[in-house]
Formats: sequence, structure tokens, C-alpha cells
Amino acid sequence: MKIVVAIKQVPERDAPVRIDAAGKWIEESGLQYALNEPDAYALEEALQLKEKHGGEVIVLSAGPARVGSTLREALAKGADRAIHIVCDDLGQRDALGVARLLAAAIRPESPDLVLTGLQSEDLGLGQTGVILAELLNLPHASLILHVEKTDAGLKVKRELEEGWFQFVELPTPALLTIQSGGNKLRYATLMGIKRAKSKEVRELTAAELAVDAAPTVLLEQVSLPLKQKSTQILPGTAQQAAAALVEKLKFEVRIL
Amino acid sequence: MSGVLIVMEQQQGRIGRISWEALSAGQRLAAQLGQPACAAILGSETEPLGAAVDTLPLVSVVRVEHPLLARYTADGFTLALQQLIQKERPAYVVLPHTYQVRDYAAALAARFGQVLIGDVVAFAEGPVFTRQLMQGRLNGAYRHCGSGPCFVSVQAGAFRAEDMESADPQAPSVPAPIAVFTPVLHPTEIRTRPGEPFRATVQTVDLGSAQRIVSVGRGIKSADNIPLVQELATALGAELAASRPICDAGWLPLERQVGSSGHTVSPKVYLAVGISGAIQHLVGMKASQCVVAINKDPDAPIFEIADYGIVGDLFEVVPALTAAVKAARQ
Repeated sequence: MKIVVAIKQVPERDAPVRIDAAGKWIEESGLQYALNEPDAYALEEALQLKEKHGGEVIVLSAGPARVGSTLREALAKGADRAIHIVCDDLGQRDALGVARLLAAAIRPESPDLVLTGLQSEDLGLGQTGVILAELLNLPHASLILHVEKTDAGLKVKRELEEGWFQFVELPTPALLTIQSGGNKLRYATLMGIKRAKSKEVRELTAAELAVDAAPTVLLEQVSLPLKQKSTQILPGTAQQAAAALVEKLKFEVRIL
Repeated sequence: MSGVLIVMEQQQGRIGRISWEALSAGQRLAAQLGQPACAAILGSETEPLGAAVDTLPLVSVVRVEHPLLARYTADGFTLALQQLIQKERPAYVVLPHTYQVRDYAAALAARFGQVLIGDVVAFAEGPVFTRQLMQGRLNGAYRHCGSGPCFVSVQAGAFRAEDMESADPQAPSVPAPIAVFTPVLHPTEIRTRPGEPFRATVQTVDLGSAQRIVSVGRGIKSADNIPLVQELATALGAELAASRPICDAGWLPLERQVGSSGHTVSPKVYLAVGISGAIQHLVGMKASQCVVAINKDPDAPIFEIADYGIVGDLFEVVPALTAAVKAARQ
């Protein structure tokens, strides 16, 4: 099975978030970046499918030069090769614009399966995979926890709301967006990191993919959310704060 | 293009709360724009649902009915709505941000060369739509600038379903006309085969009716530290719950998960320990009467909805709190 996994590099989960001078995005200088966690689950699913059925795992990402380190990390975990769409204006493109770039890079590969993480941890749109399926004219299923290869194609376990699930059958080639938690994530081994250095990372430029970049939605401004409640912060040492909270629970919330 | 089309979601003949909220949001948007609103319901037997929606002060209701829409598929719903939108030519399409909508709405928008503004929590003049970024730590203001219809999905709980009826008490409650739209669908166009929904585990706890919940998140760092929080829960006589990453890691069973993919809870007190407060978690617990947050990050989004907060190291605060609660209950 030939599998393309589209991955994204995002600011590290605990990175301090400061709004940039233009008020349009966050201050990127000094930020640490990491592989988007749902994408790590998509990669894990791809690697496990390859281990069971053979084939090839290709990781694909769009973004500036720094994205190279995340692609290397994926190669170190076991992906066979990488495609880097070098693009410095990702933030100016909307979800459709980014998906068009990814689709243009995926098309010539003619994969049996395309995987993405369910959503990104920065923009949280959860659209890239679904739009990719539309652009590539592939059947798709989202929020997938488990993938099983069948004679006819795939049988996947899809998460529904409030603790419900369903199985969905679909033919290949297909696209799936992977929900976190379906597998246990692997770490790169020393041997993997060593091997990754000699694996192919093909660079494509956004210009040579020649896709429409004009956005249809604009992120005009970012701001700090307004507090919905006025939080009473209980100060002091752990003991003092704990004692103050017990007072509140006793006399105001009245549960003690 | 004119008007606001609101897509309502039904499961087994029931319209969920979030769809009524989407209807309310769509009607507010229509009122702001001075354009008509129309509600659409998709399925194979939508007649009773059409009548239920019709009791509300709407301009029109359309039942999108076809045997191939009996069970949700992305292909069937995308095609049916594509045809409806081509016929009705609305300027805005408003949907509830459910798992089902997340599965097809972005593809539907892309079919019109547009991008869905998803998971919207508010909108203002413009219209400018607000959605959350960076796991709820920032708000983003989005504006549609495409030439086709503007697709918007609304977050659960962000718009009040009650707003709608109180919007104009003077409005006469004349039933809206109900139209039936039959999309052209062929079985070969539906590429996926969905199975019956099922529940994975036998439930041994009932978080939904728990009055006190102590919930633990990533801040706990390791499965070995879970007993620390369990002790606090026991001292408070509370149920132990968790955010998604804890259950993903297998540190607590799935049945203890609170959030969009887990349980929705509304206890008297919800004590969030080491939970940053991602949107997916907040939708499951924001109806709690009193929220207490313990987190080392003073900017964690959980503090935006907390009544009481302790900014500090949970490994110091939790044992101190357990001791203080035990002392108070003696």
C-alpha cells in the first residue's frame, strides 16, 4: 500500500502565545515548533499499515525551511521519503489554498491511501483532509481511530459523539483523517535518526505547483478572548490557596 | 445570491440542541442582513421534523428527502446540499459544528470554491465571524471575501436556542411554507458504506449525573500520578474524570472522558486539575455550576470559564487541598 501522510508543523503546545505587532497572527520569533499531535497519530497509522501489508510511506508538508526538521523527525520514525512544499506565505493562504498545494503534490504519486491528522493544534480548522478528498476526488472518512485493510478496500472505525462509534467501509484509493488516541505513538530510535539522514526529502516550491492562492476567507485580526466569568484567583502558598478554596467550597458552593 | 440557509441535523428522527442553536444563529444573521432565512432538514423521512421546525417564526422550511439520505454519508449529503444550494442560491449557509458536519461541510464549501468558517462562537457587523485559535488561547476574526456562498458552522453552546423565540414576541406565528426538495442521487455516487452506530464499553460510572467531579489533564504528566488526584476525588466524594489525552494514553478508561468526544457533564462543582481547557474539553463541562481550575499556566483557557482558580504546581496544590478537605469534613 502506498500511503501519503500530510503533516503540519505547529508551535509547541506549551509555547507562550503573544500577538504580533500587526495583530494578525502570533509572534513567531523564538517559538519552538513540533509535529502536530493528530498528525503524529496519522503517521503512526501509516507506519503500522506498512508493517502489516508492505508498501511505502511518504510524508508531505508545506511551510518554510523550518518544516524540514519535522519531516526529518517523521523519516526517523520510519517514513520512507518526504516531500517538502517550500512556502513562506502559508499564513496568507486559506484552507482551500493550502489543500490545493498539497493536492498538486499528491496527484503525481497516485497513492492508495492519503492520511491527515483530524485537525491542527494552531488553527484548529479540521478541514485540510476533507478538502483534499474533494480536490483529489477520493472517498473519505474523518475521525478515524482504526484502519483495517479488506479485500474490497478499507474498513475503518469512526468516532461519533458522546462515546459512540461506527464502522465505515470504503474502496481505495481513499482519504482518512485520523483522530488521536487510536494507537500508541512510537519514538524515533537512534538507528531511525541515523537512517533518516540518507532518506530523500524532495523540495517543491509553491510557485512550480502553480495553484490558485487567492483566499476566500481572511483572518483579519487575532485577539485575547474575553473572560466569560470573573475568575477569583486564590493567592498564596499551596497550603494557603487550598485553605481558601475549602472555605469557598464550604460557604459559597456549599458542598462541604 | 440572497438569504440564509440553515442546515439542521437529525439523528434517528430527533433534532439535536446544537441544530436549534444553529437555527437561532442563522436567524439572527438573517435579521442582521435583512434577508430571509430558510431551514433545511435532510433525510429519508423528514415530514414530522419539518412540522417541528415549522412552529418557529421562520420564513420557510425545506425537506431534502431521498431514500439514499436515510443514513448519513459524506457523498450523499454533499451532493444533496450542493443541488439545494445551486437551486436556492443563498448568500450564507449556516450549519451546526457537529462531527457529521465536520465530515462534509469543508468539502461542500470547496465544491463552490469557498472555505468554511468553522466552529464559530460569535459574529458581529460585517459580518465578521469569531472562531478560536491556538486551542482556545486566542480568538480570530474572519471575514468571507469569496464570490460564492459563505459557509459557517457554529460551536455547540455558543448561541442560545431560546434567543430565537424571544427575538420578536409580536411576530405572528403563521406556519412557514414547507417545501420538499428531491435531490438527484444515484447509488453509485455514494462511495462509502456506513455501519450502525455502537457504544464500545459497558458504562460503570455515570458522569452525566455526578454532582461533584474532579477531572485531570495533561498536567498530571504520568499514569503513576493519577492516585494523587484520585485521593482528592475520594476526599471530596467526587467522581474522577479526565480530558481526552489522559484517556488516549490509557491512564484512565474512555468512560471517564469529558468533552466533545466523551461525556457532557453539569455537576455542582467541577474541579479541573492540570487541564488547559481546549475547546473540545470545555464544551463537555462548561454547564457546570461552579468550575475550579488548578493550573501552573495563568493564561490557560480554563481560567476563562473558572469561578475559582489556583495558579500553581498541582503536585503541591493537590496534596494540600486533599489534606484541607479531609480536615474540613471531619
